[in-house]
Parts: sequence; structure tokens; C-alpha cells
Amino acid sequence: MAQVSITSLQKSYGSVDVLKDINLEVEDGSFVVLVGPSGCGKSTLLRSIAGLEAVNGGAISIGGKRVNDLAPAKREIAMVFQSYALYPHMDVEKNMGFGLRFAGTPKQEVAARVAEAARILQLEALLKRRPRELSGGQRQRVAIGRAIVRKPQVFLFDEPLSNLDAALRVNTRVEIAKLHKLLGATIIYVTHDQVEAMTLADKIVVMNQGRIEQAGKPLDLYYRPANTFVANFIGSPAMNMVEIEVTGKNKARTLAGGELGVPLPARAKAGDRLTLGARPEHLTLGAPGKGLTGQLDLVERLGEVGYAHLDMAGGGRFIVEVRGDVKAKRGDKVGVVPDPAKLHLFDANGKACAS
Amino acid sequence: MRSRFSTIAIHAVLLGYTALALFPIILVVMNSMKMKRAIFLSPLTPPGPASFDLIGYHRVFSDGAIGTYYMNSIIVTLGTIFFTLLFGAMAGFALSEYKFRFNKLLGLYLSIGIMVPIRLGSVAIISLVSGMNMINTLSALICVYVAQNLPLAVFILSEFVHQIPKDLREAARCDGLSEYNIFFHIILPLLRPAMATVAVFTMIPVWNDLWFPLLLAPSGGKQTITLGVQQFLGQYVTDWNAVLAALSTAIIPVLIFYVLFSRQLIRGLTSGAVK
Repeated sequence: MAQVSITSLQKSYGSVDVLKDINLEVEDGSFVVLVGPSGCGKSTLLRSIAGLEAVNGGAISIGGKRVNDLAPAKREIAMVFQSYALYPHMDVEKNMGFGLRFAGTPKQEVAARVAEAARILQLEALLKRRPRELSGGQRQRVAIGRAIVRKPQVFLFDEPLSNLDAALRVNTRVEIAKLHKLLGATIIYVTHDQVEAMTLADKIVVMNQGRIEQAGKPLDLYYRPANTFVANFIGSPAMNMVEIEVTGKNKARTLAGGELGVPLPARAKAGDRLTLGARPEHLTLGAPGKGLTGQLDLVERLGEVGYAHLDMAGGGRFIVEVRGDVKAKRGDKVGVVPDPAKLHLFDANGKACAS
Repeated sequence: MRSRFSTIAIHAVLLGYTALALFPIILVVMNSMKMKRAIFLSPLTPPGPASFDLIGYHRVFSDGAIGTYYMNSIIVTLGTIFFTLLFGAMAGFALSEYKFRFNKLLGLYLSIGIMVPIRLGSVAIISLVSGMNMINTLSALICVYVAQNLPLAVFILSEFVHQIPKDLREAARCDGLSEYNIFFHIILPLLRPAMATVAVFTMIPVWNDLWFPLLLAPSGGKQTITLGVQQFLGQYVTDWNAVLAALSTAIIPVLIFYVLFSRQLIRGLTSGAVK
């Protein structure tokens, strides 16, 4: 296993920059998840690490060795594709041992490694089947098995669960987490699903428009988002945001005129415009006139919790987590009271204000 | 009811066409087993006890050269199929996998060969082949036929290569295969149904061709069977029994090849599926 470090990586297709100055350290044995909306460059970054895409600048090193100009096979990586990419004309056993056979590994060794991977992934009964005779989850396991037998320095996963149904996705997610513990492998994993990211990752890297917005531990990203993009992206339902104007020490008002007492950073002056962010669970509904004012649109009941959707005075929508009954009816005016200790403040550029 | 009627109508049309297509073949086979008199007196009656005679077959098989001609035809046809498929698949792979300048243009240039009949270049081909001292060789025939069939093969196969998921090639690249190994171990096996189609397309015109054997290998024991049959056609006397017998037997190898390839074709269609 090895660490991966990426420094000032650049990649463009013609005049379009898809990766802009990417710097990333993946520690030995850690599980790093790249997340972001589609088109943010996360898959391109993964494919660049794999060597399937040539980069225009910067350096990628795996285990301390610069690999920019090495072929994928020489980088000691193994990739699991979204479509699994199993060779349809070979049975499971051949699929898994195929790369090794070409690397000139002795036959017994290949057989032993395939058997070992099959044991770990419970594929022993399926070794003689062709991919078309397998279910989606089984194909997924074969694809992972093919990666395991190569004993790579780094595993690369490209949205491996997105072709599975919901129940299987949860199972496989747990299996991948176990596998990571078992193999102690360095894993870089691409997904657009933030639940996968939050549950699997040692470190989440949030990407947007070819840049890394923030990289850190899952809960750090949740509790201390570095900017509005990360704040919006991590957490479901998304963080509520409203623009406020500073009126005095720890005092502000919304543009619609609601007065708020919020702990503001010391350097905030009256007249500064800031963005206030609050997660649905850090807001409570109150009597009209308290805190911010909104009009109840609908309440989604999920059982244990519910989400009240509000049209806010001054525009924008808020989602407030509610437990128990909501007395207000659709169209009623309600107050929204934030928990002052749990608020996020962002400056005019969307960067988090140090508090 | 209506669908049943249309089923019957469709089958009637197909049966009619089949009868039309098979009629000359049946006529040839039938008459090859009759006495010479019977061939001329009642060409449309099947061989009966009075008219049955295998003299044509005896004459064909006692002629030592005919065996050679069969061999020549088989070598030329198989050689052509082999090289057409190999180079066609290679070119198809290169054109659809690698993005380089003039990629599209090159594809277009190759497809011109589909539209321009190679026979227009016969004179140039003869002078080229004779310049290379390859007159009366089977290699000359194979070269010309490969050139003739390659454009369509490239065209069809590159479309099929395109349908093979890109992830498969990239998985193979991650597995450490060289580009040649990707081609031979991943692409070729998956192209099998497409190659069977191209093989059938290629085989029949090559087997039946008279033009290029006549121009490029008319003697020296390098005649193909279609040309070899001509020896029974004389200016004054034609040995119809032998001609018909030779033509009848000439059907068999093609039929065998066809059966072999079409098995691949059907097997290919039911396998393959990815993901």
C-alpha cells in the first residue's frame, strides 16, 4: 500500500480546463472519497491517477514514485469501473486472473490469488460462470475481485454502486468498508452520493468545476464547511442560506427586515453583507415574529422526523426539521428560530468566516 | 385472423423467392446425375432409373487436376477471409479506438473502396502483378481479393468495435495488456459475430469469381474451380455431364463454410452482453 500525492495537477480538453490546480494528499491506507456534482472533474481526476487520461501539468506520485508518464499497468493501481467492465467472453476465474496471466505470474500463484479473492468475496461457487450469468451484485464483486488479485498499491473505484438497486447498494457499501479494513488498502473512490461519501470516507474531497472546494474528515465537512458550496453539498436536506446585513455587535437583520441576534466575528462592521447558513436540524419553528419569518408551504413526514418547507419573507425557501406535531397550517405565518451556537457565516465570496 | 393471413402471405412470398433462387441450383444438381441424352431431351425432369448416370462425376474425379483446382479455390477463399478479417478488424479497431488527425478522413478514404468497383483497375492490377512476377500465383489472387473486400470489412468492423464498451479496453489497459493483446484477447473474441458476417459477405463472391482467376492465374495449375470447369467447355464439344458435376460439387465447400460461419453468427448474437 502506498500514499498518493497530487501536486498542481492540470488537465484540459482543448480550451476547456477540467482540472485546475489540484493538490491532494492521500495517506497510506486511507479511504478517500471524491464527491461533487456531475461534470465537476472527479472522474477525470480518478482516471488521471489511473493513467487512462493524460494530464497537462503537475505531478502524480504513488508510493513516492512519480507516475505521470507510466502506463496504467505500471502504476500498480487497480480500477473498479462503474459498468464493472468484466470481459464477457471469460468466466469469473479467468476474469480475475487475466491481468496476472499477462504479467507472467506463475500459474499456481494466479490460482492461489484468485482462490483467495474468491474466498474473501464469497465467489467460490461462481468461478466457472460467465458474467452474463451473474446478477448485478455478483458482477460487482467479481469486478472488485479482479482488483484484489492484482495486489495493487492503490484501489480506484469509479461510482461502483450506482448500477445497483437501493438494498444491494447498502450491503455492498458495508462490504467495501469491511474490505478496506481487511486489506488495509489505500482507496480512492468517486461517487456523487453523499451517503456513500459520509459513511465510507476517512477523508472527503468535495470538488466543483475542476477545483477542490474542501478536503477533510466527513464530520468536519459537515460541521465546518469551508464555503457555501460545501455547505450546500454536504448534508441532506441542504443547508438553508439567507443573506444578512450586519447592524451592530452580534446584531444583524435579514434583507426582508427581520432582526436577528447572531454571534458575529469581531471584524464584522455595520453594513457588511454576510450569508447566514443553518442546517434544518438547527432551526425550530416558533410563533410568528420570532427570529425569521416565513410562510408554511408543506410538511414532509418521514416518520421519526419531518421537514417543514417554508417560503421566507424576502424570497428563498427554508427547510426546517420538525419532530412531533406541527400546529401551523399551510399558508400560516411562522417564526424560524435558529440555534445561535450552530450557525454558519460566509463572507461575500462564499468563504466561511472564522468565528 | 389478419395476422395469420399476413403470416401466410409473408411465407408465400419468401417461399416463392426461395424457389426462384434454388431453381437453377436444383436444375444443375439434377442434370449432373443424368445421361447426356436426358440432359438435352428433358432438362426439367429429375433423374429416373432410365436416365440416372454418374458419368459426369466419374470424369471430374478421374481428372487429376480438378482436385488441385478445388484446393486452389479453398486456399484463395480461406486466405482472403483470414487476411480480410485480420486487417479489417485491426483497421476498424485503430479507426474507432485511437483519435488522431485525419482519423475521419482516413475512414472516408477507405470507404471509397466500397463504392468504386475494383474491376475498373483490372489493367493496372495485371501490370502490377506481372511486374511483381506474381502471375499464376494464388498469392496474387488473395492480395487482390483482400484489397477488394477490405473497405467493407473495415466499415462494418469499425462500427462493431465502436459498440464494445470503452471501459472494457480501459480495464484491460489497467490489467497491463499491451495494445496488441487488447486487440487479440478482448476485441477479436467480442467481434466474432461481426466477423462471421463479414466472412460470409467475403466468401461467396470470392469463391464464385471468374474474372480475376482468368486474368491473374489462368494456367500453371493455379486455376480456381470456377476457371477449372472451363476445360470441359470446348469450342466444338462441351462435356455437359462433367461441367454440371463439377459445378454441383463446387457448391459443397461454400455450403460447409457457410454453415460454420452462421453457427458463429447465431452463437455470437446470444452471447456478448456486457453489464
